[in-house]
Amino acid sequence: MTLSPWARWAMRVFMGAGLGFIYAPLMLVLINSFNGDRTFGWPPHDFTLRWWSSAWDNSGARDALWTSVEAGLGATAIALVLGTMVAFAVQRFKFFGRDTLSLLIVLPIALPGIVTGIALDSAWRSVVEPLGVGKGLFSVIVGHATFCVVTVYNNVLARLRRTGTNLEEASADLGAVPGQTFRYVTFPLIRSALLAGGLLAFALSFDEIIVTTFTAGPGITTLPIWIFNNLFRPNQAPVVNVVAAILIVLSVLPVWFAQRLAGPEAGASRT
Amino acid sequence: MSLGSFLHRHPRVRLTALLSAPVLWLVVAYLGALAVLLVSAFWSVNGFTGDLVKVVSLDNFRTLFAEAVYRNVTLRSVGVAAAVTAICVVLAVPMAFFMAKVASPRSRHWLVIAILTPLWASYLVKAYAWRVLLANGGPIDWVLGGPGHGPGYGLFAVILVLSYLWLPYMILPIYAGLERLPDSMLEASADLGARAWRTFRAIVLPILIPSIFAGSIFTFSLSLGDYITVQIVGGKTQMIGNVVYANIGAANNLPFAAALATVPVVIMVIYLIAVRRSGALEEL
Repeated sequence: MTLSPWARWAMRVFMGAGLGFIYAPLMLVLINSFNGDRTFGWPPHDFTLRWWSSAWDNSGARDALWTSVEAGLGATAIALVLGTMVAFAVQRFKFFGRDTLSLLIVLPIALPGIVTGIALDSAWRSVVEPLGVGKGLFSVIVGHATFCVVTVYNNVLARLRRTGTNLEEASADLGAVPGQTFRYVTFPLIRSALLAGGLLAFALSFDEIIVTTFTAGPGITTLPIWIFNNLFRPNQAPVVNVVAAILIVLSVLPVWFAQRLAGPEAGASRT
Repeated sequence: MSLGSFLHRHPRVRLTALLSAPVLWLVVAYLGALAVLLVSAFWSVNGFTGDLVKVVSLDNFRTLFAEAVYRNVTLRSVGVAAAVTAICVVLAVPMAFFMAKVASPRSRHWLVIAILTPLWASYLVKAYAWRVLLANGGPIDWVLGGPGHGPGYGLFAVILVLSYLWLPYMILPIYAGLERLPDSMLEASADLGARAWRTFRAIVLPILIPSIFAGSIFTFSLSLGDYITVQIVGGKTQMIGNVVYANIGAANNLPFAAALATVPVVIMVIYLIAVRRSGALEEL
């Protein structure tokens, strides 16, 4: 359709305003991390690096970061294995309940987090705890893995659909045993899908707070939980703000990584 | 014969091996946990000891429907979710249209990245940013003329912040839908004499409906179950999630919390069934 120059301009302005709406709050956090005023009086009167150094010295935040990384890596590892298995089963086989299974995988992320959280919490307390495994980091990993499976599954399934089985058949015809075919043909084909899915799974786990609230054992504090606990304490505000600023800066990394991997679409399916 | 070739010759064994762990996890563990939660919604708690009373009754649901508090909370949550969805559609359609059909291919690439990047910034960080923005004497107050002049924390802030959080989830499916819409269709419409607005209404919008519904699944369900943002910027506002949370923590009434939690699940299932006919689920 032919848009008048006026309409083009109006849309350009709208797009700019929309991007401003999206980025202004993030920029504010970055600026405030240098704000000399403890209560973030606005506009800032003086700038300081003090909060950055006190955040660096804050052992609570550092421990929480480490816990989050551990939980993210654990959940991602499980999600990679389970998601790949389901994707292969769904794509390469016909079986009873296949459609139901692919719906079931989406369920943990489609239902409100609080529902998944309470369900896993009460199941853990009534089934796993009597076996002697209390809630701790492990229960967090189990909870996160449950909703991370879908990201790996989606990525691997899409890749398997696109590549088909011709190359694997050729490999078998040329005399490769199944193990060799998997190592030299199938795995290289799905490697970047695994990376993209794993990246999404890690990011999802790293950011999660609701399921974590319900599955974390005593003393297990992930970074989101730490931020939430300190959000309402006025004298912790500057340190929370620096941690927030760091997370904003770090959020550029996965996009950059996905870009290098497979173009802009790779990071598109956040869920 | 190696294990690999054994598996190769027995596809059923291979399938079982592939499916056993995931099915055990997702069907037995996760669905089982959900089922137990659903059943416990019919239980109650002994008022003195705090122990679970595993006797089936409809009392929790009766309270849920009878008391005005819970009706109001449900209506408020649905209202917030609907308002957030509407705001996201109004903002996302022009932005996605600009990205897909007006911007040059080169800037299109960068615009997609600009929309994607904030998705990776933490949910909590974004809600926190708005807590600072909306604070008494904060930047928004400052722009509007001094402390107390801005909207402050409350229901309006909840709608605003949730719209902010989920806007990219609406832009991306609409953008994807528009990218698939061939330019030739728009040109044909123009050649037949339709003005821009007519083309938009008669061609673009009908094609976008499944994408808009797909985006709305995110904006609606994520808003409906939220309680963290509500705690951060909502002031005294309560949504379903907050009441569920309060019943698990302070009130220690898991059965009632479970009964409450079925409300957003039922609403979401109805919503999913309603939008499925438009083909929205294939757009996810």
